[in-house]
Amino acid sequence: MRTLRFLLQKEFRQIFRNKSLLPLIFFMPVVQLLVLPLAADYEVKNIHITIVDRDHSTYSQKLVSKIGASGYFRLTDYTMGFDEAFKDMEDDRSDLILEIPPGFERNLVRENQQSLFIAVNAINGVKANLGGAYLNRIIADYNKDICLEWIQTSKFNPSPSIEVTQSNWFNPSMNYRFYMVPGILALLVTMIGAYLCSLNIVREKEVGTIEQINVTPVQKYQFLLGKLIPFWVIGMAIFTIGLFGIAWPVYGIVPAGNLLLLYGYLSVYLVGILGLGLLISTYADTQQQAMSVAFFFMMIFILMSGLFTPIDSMPRWAYIIARSSPVTYFIEVMRMIVLKGNSFEHIWRHFLIMAGFAVCLNGWAIVNYRKTN
Amino acid sequence: MNEIVIQTDKLTKRFGDFIAANEITFDVYKGEIFGFLGANGAGKTTVMRMLCGLSKPSSGAATIAGFDIYRQTEAIKKNIGYMSQKFSLYEDLTVMENIHFFGGIYGLSGRQLKEKGEALITRLGMRNETKKMVSSLPLGWKQKLAFSVAILHDPKIVFLDEPTGGVDPITRRQFWDLIYDAVERGITAFVTTHYMDEAEYCNRISMMVDGEIKALDTPANLKKQYSADSMDEVFYGLARKAKRNL
Repeated sequence: MRTLRFLLQKEFRQIFRNKSLLPLIFFMPVVQLLVLPLAADYEVKNIHITIVDRDHSTYSQKLVSKIGASGYFRLTDYTMGFDEAFKDMEDDRSDLILEIPPGFERNLVRENQQSLFIAVNAINGVKANLGGAYLNRIIADYNKDICLEWIQTSKFNPSPSIEVTQSNWFNPSMNYRFYMVPGILALLVTMIGAYLCSLNIVREKEVGTIEQINVTPVQKYQFLLGKLIPFWVIGMAIFTIGLFGIAWPVYGIVPAGNLLLLYGYLSVYLVGILGLGLLISTYADTQQQAMSVAFFFMMIFILMSGLFTPIDSMPRWAYIIARSSPVTYFIEVMRMIVLKGNSFEHIWRHFLIMAGFAVCLNGWAIVNYRKTN
Repeated sequence: MNEIVIQTDKLTKRFGDFIAANEITFDVYKGEIFGFLGANGAGKTTVMRMLCGLSKPSSGAATIAGFDIYRQTEAIKKNIGYMSQKFSLYEDLTVMENIHFFGGIYGLSGRQLKEKGEALITRLGMRNETKKMVSSLPLGWKQKLAFSVAILHDPKIVFLDEPTGGVDPITRRQFWDLIYDAVERGITAFVTTHYMDEAEYCNRISMMVDGEIKALDTPANLKKQYSADSMDEVFYGLARKAKRNL
């Protein structure tokens, strides 16, 4: 125990003395939490649309102004011919083309029927899909307006319709930030923990001080604990700053669940992810190697964590990979506790799995760390 | 004088086909300064790393301070000090913090740390430097400090791997005074060096050539044996026969 105390004292001294590390540890998460959620937002806005109006009638004007008023679209161009409009799309100035054919108003009034043409730039699938869907809804809405206008004298609604009433649970205003911020916070804690921890040990290898430690009676587990505990504390601190310094005041995210439970899970999680950092450091000989390997794992963990895309829609094999990443579980738990307010009975399985990760990764690191080679 | 503290018997280290150290056999007695000489790449560091428990021998046997090199590495580590080629104090800790850290992990008590730390500072004349970062000290001071820290816990044996590389003759002389001090306190010193004047300071020296010990005796006897005037000549005579790395 006494040995560990000396190791910790030394480690904290070095960390707090490092002029470039400390600001990075606390400044980076703050900035990232302020900036990233704005980018990781699925609500598609500012869709550029080119409208080819070949009718120039009152009705076509009404449709155009309805599209403009929806707030999702930005009119790039208002042309007479499709070729010009297509050029906009080719030049990436436009995502959507709506063509209103000649005789739009006339056909609508006389024959009660008219078709419109929408062309979508499908390179950005999400934007194209949502843009097309929005436009369809606006047109359907417009269609309904016209119907009402024409048959308002009738007492009965002649067209049967199903009305859907929807209520949004856990995130009533469907605010994407609520969904993204806890996840991004989880990622920040993960990255800082894993990187700093593995780089720190490998640095001792590079400088040669680790050899000095290896000829002393310091036990392997003592040395690794001496590395794990400081970064565990830093991880906790970053999380707290992120949650109470940014998520709460800036985004208004108040954890719905028990804070103790949240911190309990975080503490197990940090042991696990720091174990991964330790493990990487026992294999890597240079900081460059450690960085590359850590980066490889982080990329996979982050992209497959379910932060950006639901993991249930992945193919089976990818789903298995996603399920073997500790980050996936942490992001789930973050959302379960912070947004849904789940209690221990809902997440005890997550606790078990994370404890498993922590034991395996740290055990492996201790076995693989050699004082003698 | 005749208590044996290091005993090796056909100690061998292979890296694949390459035999870095071949059937090394020698004894080191308590309280002596044992010089371990050889050209670059002769295998000195390999042997020293095996004796310190940093590297596992491929075959052969050895005991350090009475402990077996295979089974009792942790007991050995309590009883040795080690100062490597690579300077290995923490550069971003102060002089006093380094002393406390290394003393602490060897299990010195708070009172011992204070007393020994004070004595060390006084001996080195570093009273005004205790709060300075090690990185700001000149190389010679760092090495004297590293040596003093390596023997802070009063080990039975201290291993020094080219401890005086790159420092001026005066500092080297002072460094050797520290070694003599330590030996007077009953510590055995095991030193590798490239400086032949330093070889003269040793009680006995061994010469390694191509992974084998080719000569082992007192400096005076070796000079007689090779009818040489200085250790330089003895060294050239033996090292010239090396086939490896030439």
